[in-house]
Amino acid sequence: MKGLGELERSIMDIIWAQSSPVTAREVGRLIADRDLAPTTVMTVLDRLTRKGFLVRTRSGRAWRYEPAESRDAYVAELMLEALDMTGDRSAALTRFAQAVSGSEAEILLRALSELEDE
Amino acid sequence: MIAAAALAILAVVCAIGAWRFTHARWTYRAPHVAIVLWQALGVTWGLAGTGALLAYALEPYRQGVLHGLLSFVHSAFDGGYDAPGPYDVPRILALITGLTALSVLVVVLLTAASQTLRARRRHRVLLALVSHDDPDVPGVRVLDHPGATAYCVPGLRSQVVVSAGTLKLLSPDELTAVLAHESAHVRERHDLVLLPFAALHRALPWSRLVRLIQSEVGLLVEMAADDAARRYCSPRRLATALLRFGTAGSVPAPQGTLGATGTCDTVMARVQRLVNPVPDLPRRIRYAIVAFSVTLTSSAPLLWLIPH
Repeated sequence: MKGLGELERSIMDIIWAQSSPVTAREVGRLIADRDLAPTTVMTVLDRLTRKGFLVRTRSGRAWRYEPAESRDAYVAELMLEALDMTGDRSAALTRFAQAVSGSEAEILLRALSELEDE
Repeated sequence: MIAAAALAILAVVCAIGAWRFTHARWTYRAPHVAIVLWQALGVTWGLAGTGALLAYALEPYRQGVLHGLLSFVHSAFDGGYDAPGPYDVPRILALITGLTALSVLVVVLLTAASQTLRARRRHRVLLALVSHDDPDVPGVRVLDHPGATAYCVPGLRSQVVVSAGTLKLLSPDELTAVLAHESAHVRERHDLVLLPFAALHRALPWSRLVRLIQSEVGLLVEMAADDAARRYCSPRRLATALLRFGTAGSVPAPQGTLGATGTCDTVMARVQRLVNPVPDLPRRIRYAIVAFSVTLTSSAPLLWLIPH
């Protein structure tokens, strides 16, 4: 049995792979090989909804779930934060200015080729 | 009056010392020691600056800053009967300014800490959803993004993260070097070193000195991590990894950087000391600096206690 985090991730992956909102039953079928209890799937879907990663809409007697954001959006958010984390660098808005500019990159590139030649 | 004057002098000396210290270059030869000195200067400056104002304001109590404050609170609740004579305007102003400055420092520090914790928690949750393990780099989370990034999420259960772009960019030796660098950040809790300086910068965003200090401490922390990493990897590979990250940053895409790369100058400074290592500062001098830092740090609290 894998941890809850692992399960959340696989369920998000399944829902991200779908082109339209899915029901809990459909999710359960797509990870059928894990022989999970339907209630477990429901619980995880509920948790993910409460955390804001899924949005659900009523369809007949069941809920249909879809991702709040695309996977790429979350990856991009993490990448931007990675920049912000780089230490000093004051307010959140100045983070893009830290990227090494074209001319500076050339200096680094030259230093790199010198080091590699040695 | 002696305590107030001594604290005021101490605060000014710290400010001037900090300004001089931002230009010092011996720090590159002993980053760990330099970080300790910066922390001592920071704490002393804060306590001495606010303490000078409070010591002046509370002088009529003749009990020192700490006990004077208690007596002041006490007499305030008593309707002012125990107050040692009428207050004059300069002392009231000093009291208000001192208390405001002190609470601003404390609040800013606490706010920064809680914001950092919240951002980290969110980061961790997202990381759990979108990152994956890679058998090639055990114990490291991999983010599927073409940009180059390598960083750690510090905390009790810290995580080292690299992007797919990094795995493509670096040779295995370079990757080992980068990971050794990041583990050093994790092990030495450099995030805790940086936090108060980042908070101070947020409190005084207009101060050029504070900004300088913050980037200086940031650079020293990276150098300290470089020094720790070079024990486990080739310094030359760490240098080429640094340069590769720097040049990868010029690609116009949402780019992350190594919890390391900054502007060109800081990258080059780090590369230089990795490729052409200068000898460490002599042990004697390093101990002397640490001893000085300890003395400095204890001086302000002691001055808060002396009664005159």
